[in-house]
Amino acid sequence: MPEPILSIRDLTVEFNTEDGVVRAVTDVTYDLQPGEVLGIVGESGSGKSVSMLSVLGLSPQARIPKGEALFKGKNLLAMSQRQLREIRGGDMAMIFQDPMTSLNPVLTIGDQISEALLTHHPDMRDDAAQKRAVELLEIVGVPFAERRVDQYPHEFSGGMRQRAMIAMAIANNPSVLVADEPTTALDVTIQAQIVEVLKSAREETHAAIVLITHDLGLIAELADRVVVMYAGRVVELADVYTIFNQPRHPYTVGLMNSLARLDAEQEWLEPIPGQPPSMIAPPPGCAFHPRCSFSHGRLLCRTEVPPLRQIGDSTLHVSRCHFAEELEQAQVVAGAAATEEAR
Amino acid sequence: MTERVPDDDMRPQDREEVAIASESVGRPASAHGYAGSMALPEESPGPEGSPEVAMTSPEDLSLAYESGVEPKARSQWAYARIRFFRHKMAVLSLLVLIAVGFVAIFAKRIAPYGFDELDLFNITSGPTLKDKHLFGTDLLGRDYLSRVIYGLRTSLWVALFVAFLSTTIGTTVGSLAGYYGGVIDNLLMRFTDLILTLPGLAVLLTAAAFFGAGDPLKVGVILAFLFWTGIARIVRGVFLSLREKEYVEAAKASGAGDGRIILRHMLPNALGPIIVNTTLVIAAAILVEAALSFLGFGIQPPNPALGSLIAAGQGEGFQLWWLVTFPGLAIVVIALAINFVGDGLRDALDPTQRRIRA
Repeated sequence: MPEPILSIRDLTVEFNTEDGVVRAVTDVTYDLQPGEVLGIVGESGSGKSVSMLSVLGLSPQARIPKGEALFKGKNLLAMSQRQLREIRGGDMAMIFQDPMTSLNPVLTIGDQISEALLTHHPDMRDDAAQKRAVELLEIVGVPFAERRVDQYPHEFSGGMRQRAMIAMAIANNPSVLVADEPTTALDVTIQAQIVEVLKSAREETHAAIVLITHDLGLIAELADRVVVMYAGRVVELADVYTIFNQPRHPYTVGLMNSLARLDAEQEWLEPIPGQPPSMIAPPPGCAFHPRCSFSHGRLLCRTEVPPLRQIGDSTLHVSRCHFAEELEQAQVVAGAAATEEAR
Repeated sequence: MTERVPDDDMRPQDREEVAIASESVGRPASAHGYAGSMALPEESPGPEGSPEVAMTSPEDLSLAYESGVEPKARSQWAYARIRFFRHKMAVLSLLVLIAVGFVAIFAKRIAPYGFDELDLFNITSGPTLKDKHLFGTDLLGRDYLSRVIYGLRTSLWVALFVAFLSTTIGTTVGSLAGYYGGVIDNLLMRFTDLILTLPGLAVLLTAAAFFGAGDPLKVGVILAFLFWTGIARIVRGVFLSLREKEYVEAAKASGAGDGRIILRHMLPNALGPIIVNTTLVIAAAILVEAALSFLGFGIQPPNPALGSLIAAGQGEGFQLWWLVTFPGLAIVVIALAINFVGDGLRDALDPTQRRIRA
């Protein structure tokens, strides 16, 4: 296996709030290989964004009591602000969720892309930066880039703005692109276009992409491997086919069952019962057990945090469930029961 | 792009098609069912793989471009200008101010006499056309129109100086406090509060007595010392809310340093309130300077200032009414005009007031 470009080890992130310490991320470990697309899935508050933001030093309130984040072998968490600034937007760039609010309303699109360039190349001339901005807009498929480069964000539609955001992110040829819910704020039809833009952005830069999303459709489209997070922990990690076809964690199974699939007979969508747990006082044992339809109130689930362990022969599939092996059958039964019930 | 059917309602024929497609590729179905791209083989999504980059070909682009209307690039400032010129009183006031400013700048050419030139034949003359004493003369026979014009010049100069100085200080303090927050914010804002709690007039009078008044520059510095606090608090408030904006976070994520973020990304967004408040400071400074001069602690004779002219005139009672009326009118007109312009600017620069559709 090649050397991972970004390696997150035992990352724990905490926030001090008035109600106590919130542990948003607990012992998260994953690797990002060069050029791959790693999807991070989970519901709101599962820590999927925070893990990346805190690593980049963009989450000022976060405390990181332990863990490391090795980017090209160097620990991001041990870096000074100045060193981090050089990496942010340079070798590691971000695409934000809402293109409507992530662009500065008083600067032209061209100015903002040039900003991204000039921040990392202080010697670059302004006109060269503007020229490069036009090129970048062309790469991400903004029509009439030459003219639109001088327009303001309010003259761009949502999809066009997200393209501009992607252009900014790839301006400095990053080797890691972090896309934080890049399509969530967009129309479904525009989402499909942005997926294409992300693909071409990856071809342009050969960057590895961390795709943070709760949109499993997007994961299916883009991701090579998937990290499933629940209550601040990684609960399952596998390649995208395995996640969709042989999920081995009840939460992942629940996610798949709540999904409208086109490749299976399905009358009913099954929601996951209950609410995400409180992050201040998470349930003892497996954080998912109160909502788990496979736990059946077993003592082990209620008392012991399951370790992240290997499933089957492959080291590439890990799950954090005491009874992962039971899921194969249970899944089938549940599927059948659901169809039965619907009838 | 055309073959991609957003398929949420799962019509049977589509469902079958998609099921076959995804089965043959072994790729999981997506929630939205992008039938087109799902059929693409994507086993090896290396950088050189994945041939389809449909969206970047020019034909598709022109299709994607909405309608044939070519939008005209207009900056926020262009919209602000349009909105400002709709505000009739503000435009009128601006013209008045331009005229006043013109008179003040070219006082030497416009004033019929020097400000301390005596006309002993026309002492305490009322407003008259004779010898061009349009505003009359004072007890020493000085032409009052000329004195008002020179007074205007002094007062405006002081007011602009105060506005410039207090805006600079206030913006610096406010932006640092709002951007950094925490200890820096606390220190700066407690200092601001301290100055705000000082009884203004008493401090002004003491300071004027202490440093020696009379010099317009000194008066300006003393006034600015009291006037920057308002702007600092407003700028801090704006920065506190701007700091949470996503484009500031995006700028941070693109590696911009604090200076770049404050100056390039946040300050332009705070300019609206800053400009509006600067105009209001100008008006307030004119009034306070007039009060200070009236009390004899501002600009000293023989330099005329509007306040000291009124002070000199008020001892003469109603017989020499013009001595109080004309400088008083000048103050009122200027202060009113500045306030109207300030109002117009506030309406123009507040994006929530936007009524024009692009």
